[in-house]
Amino acid sequence: MSHDILDICIAAALVIGGLFTLVGSIGLLKLQAPMARLHAPTKASTLGVGSILLASVLFAYASGAPSYHELLIIAFLFMTAPVSASFIGKVHIHLGQNRKPLPKPARDRIWATEAKREEDTPDVLEMKADA
Amino acid sequence: MATRFMQRLFPHPLLSVALVVIWQLLVNEPSINSLIFGAMLGVLLPFTTAAYWPNRPQVTRPWKLIPYGLIVAWDIITANVTVAMIVLFKPNRDIRSTWVNIPLDIRTPEAITALAGTITLTPGTVSVDLSDHGHALLVHALHAEDPEKVARKIKSRYERRLKEIFE
Amino acid sequence: MIVTYALIFAFAAVSLSLLLTMVRLVKGPRSGDRILALDTLSINAVALIILVGIAGATQIYFEAAIIIAMLGFVSTVAVARFVLRGDIIE
Repeated sequence: MSHDILDICIAAALVIGGLFTLVGSIGLLKLQAPMARLHAPTKASTLGVGSILLASVLFAYASGAPSYHELLIIAFLFMTAPVSASFIGKVHIHLGQNRKPLPKPARDRIWATEAKREEDTPDVLEMKADA
Repeated sequence: MATRFMQRLFPHPLLSVALVVIWQLLVNEPSINSLIFGAMLGVLLPFTTAAYWPNRPQVTRPWKLIPYGLIVAWDIITANVTVAMIVLFKPNRDIRSTWVNIPLDIRTPEAITALAGTITLTPGTVSVDLSDHGHALLVHALHAEDPEKVARKIKSRYERRLKEIFE
Repeated sequence: MIVTYALIFAFAAVSLSLLLTMVRLVKGPRSGDRILALDTLSINAVALIILVGIAGATQIYFEAAIIIAMLGFVSTVAVARFVLRGDIIE
C-alpha cells in the first residue's frame, strides 16, 4: 500500500520535473526580448532538475538502497543559478541589448556594469566600510 | 582565553558544520567512520585556510533562516507555476517586461547576496546588477504592470526578514 | 509500472528541451543568448544523466552528474566574464 503511494510520488516528481524543464526551454525559444529569455531557463529548468533529482532520491529509497547525495546537486544548482543568471544579465547590459533604458539607481550614480574600467570601478572595500 | 582558543580552532563555525554535512552526503553511507572523518575535515580545512578569509560573515539570528527558507521555497513553487502559464499561454506582445529599481536598506554584502539570490529564484524577477556603491539593486521583471508594486513586495516580504537575520 | 511510464515521459520531455535549447544555441542572435543556452544545456544534461541513473537503478552516474553541474556553472561564469571584461582572471 505505502509502496503504491511512494510510486505515485516518484512518478509525479518525474512528470513535474520533465514539464518544468520543457517549459524552461520553450520559454528560451519563444520569448522575444533577450532579457525576458533569461527568466525561463534559469528558474523553470532549475526547479525541473530539482524535481527529477528528488524523484531519484525517492526511487533509491523505494528500491531499498537509500541514497541522498542527489541533495548535494540540488543545493549546488539552487545556489549557482542566481549567480549565472546575474552574469548573463550583465552580459546583456554590457552588449546594450536591452530595449528600454535602465532606470537611475536610487541613491548612487551608476550601475556597476556601466562603470568604465579603472576610473570608476565599484569600490567594494568602501561598501564594507560603511556597512 | 578559552573563547579565543575556540575562535582560533573554529574560525568559521558555519563552514565547519557545512563541511561535515557535505562529507556525509558525498560518502552516502551513514557510519561513524565517515562522521569522524567529516569532523576532521570540518576542523582542519577552516583552520588551515583561515588566513585567506579574515572576515567572518555576520549571521546574527541564524535560526530565523529556517522560516525564511520555507517561505522562499513556497514562493518558488507557486510563482514557478505562474511564470510557466505566462511563458506558455501569453502571447509575446502582451508581456510587459520592465526594469525595477530597488533601493536597499540592508548594507552587509552577505545580506545583499542572499536578497539577490532570493529575487532571482522567485520567478518573475531576476536581479541583475548592483549600483556602484551598493545602495540599489537592479531587477528585471518578466511581467509587471507596476514596477513600484514589485519593489514594495520584495522589500516587505524578503528584505525585512533578511535584515533581521543578518543585521 | 506507473514509474516506467513517468520515466519515459521525463526522458522525452528532457530530450525535447535539449533540442529546443540547441535551436536557441544555433540561432543566437548574440553571445548573451548563446551563453544562456549553454548553461541550460548543462543543466538539462544533469537531468538526463540522473534519469539514466533511475532507469538503470544505479548510483554510478552521480559523480558524472555533479561534475557536469560544476563544470557547467564554472564555464558559464568564465564565458560571461570573458565577454564582460575581455579577460577571465584579472
